[in-house]
Amino acid sequence: MNTEPARNIIHSRLWAEDAENDDAFTAQACYCSGYDVYGELLKQATYPEYLYLLFRGERPAPHIARALEILSIAVANPGPRDSSVHAAMCAGVGGSPAAAALMAALAAGAGVSGGAREVFQCMQLWSSCSDRPEAWQHALEAPATAGRMQVWPDAEHPPGFAPYGQRCARPVRQTLSALATYLADGHIAWLAAHRETLEQAAGRPLAMTGVLAAALSDLGLDPAAGEMLTLLLRLPGAAAHALEQGESGFRRFPFFAIDIANDPGRYTDQEQSR
Amino acid sequence: MMESIPLESWEGPLRTTMGGCFPGERAVFRGHDLHADLRDADWMDLYLFGICGRRHTPAQLRVLHAIWVNTSYPDPRLWNNRVAALAGSARSTGILGISAALATSEAAIYGRQIDIAIADFLTRAMAAVRGGRPLAEVVADELRINRSIGGYGRPVAKSAADERNAVVLALAEHEGLADGEHVKLAFAIEEILLTGRWRMRMNYAALAAALALDIGLTSREYYLYLLPAFLAGMPPCYIEACDRPEQATFPLRCSALIYQGPPRRSWVPECR
Repeated sequence: MNTEPARNIIHSRLWAEDAENDDAFTAQACYCSGYDVYGELLKQATYPEYLYLLFRGERPAPHIARALEILSIAVANPGPRDSSVHAAMCAGVGGSPAAAALMAALAAGAGVSGGAREVFQCMQLWSSCSDRPEAWQHALEAPATAGRMQVWPDAEHPPGFAPYGQRCARPVRQTLSALATYLADGHIAWLAAHRETLEQAAGRPLAMTGVLAAALSDLGLDPAAGEMLTLLLRLPGAAAHALEQGESGFRRFPFFAIDIANDPGRYTDQEQSR
Repeated sequence: MMESIPLESWEGPLRTTMGGCFPGERAVFRGHDLHADLRDADWMDLYLFGICGRRHTPAQLRVLHAIWVNTSYPDPRLWNNRVAALAGSARSTGILGISAALATSEAAIYGRQIDIAIADFLTRAMAAVRGGRPLAEVVADELRINRSIGGYGRPVAKSAADERNAVVLALAEHEGLADGEHVKLAFAIEEILLTGRWRMRMNYAALAAALALDIGLTSREYYLYLLPAFLAGMPPCYIEACDRPEQATFPLRCSALIYQGPPRRSWVPECR
């Protein structure tokens, strides 16, 4: 047998495996942060508890696990009008592989407008402004500083707030309220108490991304982990709607009309259908 | 609340100057009939026209082609290529594997994040120098703010010269496109970084960005132009992984996981 090359190893604080005695490539036990996944967690842990364990390396207190569960339900399906779900449906309706539907949802749900990068940026604000109204006032009123150009387009609205709309949407307020029951002494509770102050400073209503950012910060996640978990938690709806549109068929899926301003064919077709 | 143009005004037909298709009839591409005006276009020419709205000369296209060609490495150990190889090993589809590998190429320590950053820095540095600031000061400022300058130094081969630079520079010289202002600036920055305490050589990202900026691409145009830069090296990684037995590409035994977390413990039900 080959001896294992010393360099080809993976260091992990999360995961360990015991191999079968006669098979180096098959695990007979797997441990997540020290807990036996198949021997104990399967029977004892809830999914939110396991998810938290994976991201934080520690089991959550009951109220934290419940808050994560509420958050998971709140964002599991942004609905078919959302860009990420719409993108997944485009894959579903054309019969693309299931993974393409989720990759589409991830791409369209990753950005700085309503996506996971906005949550990342808002979590950075929570980190720097915390529960200080004057810090939020300053951060939200200050124009975005021009730093090194990034692959992400520049944000066009303050992170965590809605680019459109006159008031905080009811589902956002309901989610904030439900989370505040369990996260009584963190950013969520402070946000529930000061939402209107922050909205005035931002000039825009609070968005679900803002609630996500506050809650994920309360769960002890850093912005990178919060961004990742946001992407993950929003996938169930995208998957379900992609499957639904695949069954429904492209003839019942909007194709939209276009108006080509510089059409050399000298007419615009506003009634296009495939 | 702040006023923004209401979404209602964006309903209705999608207004565009980029184009569209009229199935059974024709297709419009940035104001041109694709099947009449652009039917013989080189793919690179069309791709760049889609990005920039400008056409490029054959010499420019040859240099931009060369930038892609000379960074196409079919090495499945490279992190982005490894995604394609692992997809092949797990018998996923070629397009899924290669698409994910391309997305992986938008990395922070190589690939697209570096590319857009160095193009942006060269643009800013050029403006600063033209405005009268000494280049050494501009470089020192950038290092102070961002701690590094993408395009100089190389994570996998810190001190070695980049094997791609001389080749692409020679091709650009042959096309008469190697002595633009951004290329000169890129070399001047290297001189500062080599003689200073940083000891960083210019790598391919800086040279390629400089050549493209001299051709007239903006930083964002350059970023999109580079999307397929690593693409040609990826299908070979996928194909050969498919040729091996399933799951036989980069197999890892259980003992390859070096655990550094908390000791084994019990999930105590009483605490729930």
